[in-house]
Amino acid sequence: MTAYLIRNVSVVGGAPTDLLIRDGVVAETGAGLTAPDATVLDATGLVALPGLVDLHTHLREPGREDAETVESGSRAAALGGYTAVCAMANTSPVADTAGVVEQVWRLGREAGLVDVQPIGAVTVGLAGERLAELGAMADSAARVRIFSDDGHCVADPKLMRRALEYVKAFDGVIAQHAEEPRLTEGAQMHEGEVSTRLGLTGWPAVAEEAIIARDVLLAEHVGSRLHICHVSTAGSVEVLRHAKARGVKVTAEVTPHHLLLTDEKATTYDPVYKVNPPLRTAADVAALRAALAEGVIDIVATDHAPHAVEDKECEWAYARPGMLGLETALSIALDVLGPQWDLIAERMSRAPARIAGLDSHGLDPAPGVPANLTLVDPAARRVVEPAELASRSRNTPYARMTLPGRIVATFLRGEPTVLDGKAVR
Amino acid sequence: MIRHLLSGADLDAATATQILDTAAEMATVAGREVKKLPALRGRTVVNLFYEDSTRTRISFEAAAKRLSADVINFSAKGSSVAKGESLKDTALTLQAMGADAVVVRHPASGAPHRLANWVDGSVVNAGDGTHEHPTQALLDAYTMRSRLGRLDGLHVAIVGDVLHSRVARSNVLLLSTLGAKVTLVGPPTLIPVDISPALAPGTDVSYDLDTVLPGVDVVMMLRVQRERMNDSYFPSAREYARRYGLDGPRMRRLPEHAIVMHPGPMNRGMEITPEVADSPRSTIVEQVANGVSVRMAVLYLLLGGNNR
Repeated sequence: MTAYLIRNVSVVGGAPTDLLIRDGVVAETGAGLTAPDATVLDATGLVALPGLVDLHTHLREPGREDAETVESGSRAAALGGYTAVCAMANTSPVADTAGVVEQVWRLGREAGLVDVQPIGAVTVGLAGERLAELGAMADSAARVRIFSDDGHCVADPKLMRRALEYVKAFDGVIAQHAEEPRLTEGAQMHEGEVSTRLGLTGWPAVAEEAIIARDVLLAEHVGSRLHICHVSTAGSVEVLRHAKARGVKVTAEVTPHHLLLTDEKATTYDPVYKVNPPLRTAADVAALRAALAEGVIDIVATDHAPHAVEDKECEWAYARPGMLGLETALSIALDVLGPQWDLIAERMSRAPARIAGLDSHGLDPAPGVPANLTLVDPAARRVVEPAELASRSRNTPYARMTLPGRIVATFLRGEPTVLDGKAVR
Repeated sequence: MIRHLLSGADLDAATATQILDTAAEMATVAGREVKKLPALRGRTVVNLFYEDSTRTRISFEAAAKRLSADVINFSAKGSSVAKGESLKDTALTLQAMGADAVVVRHPASGAPHRLANWVDGSVVNAGDGTHEHPTQALLDAYTMRSRLGRLDGLHVAIVGDVLHSRVARSNVLLLSTLGAKVTLVGPPTLIPVDISPALAPGTDVSYDLDTVLPGVDVVMMLRVQRERMNDSYFPSAREYARRYGLDGPRMRRLPEHAIVMHPGPMNRGMEITPEVADSPRSTIVEQVANGVSVRMAVLYLLLGGNNR
């Protein structure tokens, strides 16, 4: 195993130092380290972060390997500075059995570019009718701890209550896609001024807020952990703030696109901007940014959702919702939060690792710690070119935008997955 | 001249007025024994209809033929569209056939905007989903101007299912551009959120038809789909008709000069009673005739007929 000596790097924004990586761990830190056998990387001007952890990734395998595979998504993740991703369950077949989650887990190990932690479905076939075998998935080789019907809301309150209770037995967490389905029938975009102008059926903010309000009360009632996927409205932030003040064990994520883009993007009718939950208003964006800085929202999660060209190059209403996110997330966090490295490490690595129970991730580089880390060049700026992305799909909403920051290198257990801004394989 | 006509918002006052003035000239053709002009000879107009709409398709077809264009009717039924061809592939096919203009009717809002990315010719929106129907707004404006002599300063009530109405959206945009004031009337469930800032500042909303009628010059009744009843927008067709339907007694609350419009097809007995629909105030048949003249003007101007 090659050793790496990273020279002159700022660890999470601190004073420049050296990092020696050997045998999968950070062996030493300090100024002026020597290691004759090590490959030296000059990291002057770069910032080392604990490897990013994405709690919300769609890898599409099994089922839609034309849009993404575990391997191509893993490569996109590594290029984005990630060392672990949680793979959502809405594959085909659905990841609702031990067999499917183990398959995804094994494909992740074989790709070896990030740790792929499968998320299990809450209900059989995501149908929202009866619980999937949550315990079997928890006990499988994939050791599933996060359960989600993402793409669908667990709308039945009794089923949601049971799921929250049941997973306590193995310290599981339910990640809820908060969308009251009766309020969003046929919904195409945020309900507001722009949907009225465009004649697209509205997705009202209250459909999200009502479910979050219900579920924080349920979680409080049964004393369970709850995680809210892709929070998108100012009203949701207020519900979460209130719940956290009461001591409810709730965590929440926001996507990069909900931190940057608004529903005005829909005026082109280009479905690359179609996503669920939809892009909201500038006031929502401002509230989400403030909530992320404050900690009412715990983490940034990408909701990386690759789609084949034909599923986006069509009429808005017929397009699938979702956007790529893994390769641009850190740049957008940097754009939104500025160079607050400790905050970025917390929101994009430490906190998601804690929520997912990934013990070897989310740890700042320090002697003895698994060498899962990424090196960022904060001074670089890059233009997003869809054709250059590692994902099999091209549905990035940031095409030709100039974004700050660039991932220079990523290490997974001491092995580089990205060097000089390129995937090693 | 603009290249496409996708939305009422594409038209500024000068362009809209030019279209209405040109339509008035076109209308004189309809009175001749030979109802044909050579203006678009050798040009190809494709009617691309993904939704059944006999009256709109025939209106565009008549308009193009009176201008001597070659007309190709491409309907979703019985074509490759039924076999699952994408809008983009259909667009590229029409492009390869050399369509100078594509008139498109589509159930998905924004489909004409997408189409405009993929063809070089002009795209005319002939109704897209619950979004817009700009030539309907033009023919409505033309009808108002013919009957009342002006548009500036008119007060127009648009009554009914505004939420799902492409006619209402295009009319609000165009009428406000041309200086008319619009009041939208309907049950709150059928009035979209933020309608005034979304379309035109100064647009009013009322839930009470009776109080609005005495102050308007035009009342435009929108078709109400009976299936809306099953989605709790209102309790029953009878209750809808009682609160928002235009019957004889309500019509008599209108000022003497006021006209009654309807884009058709009507649900007689639902939003409008036969007494009103067949009254001298009703412009419903005129609207159909004016539709051909206005669409002739749109095709003529979009295809550069005035430059030849």
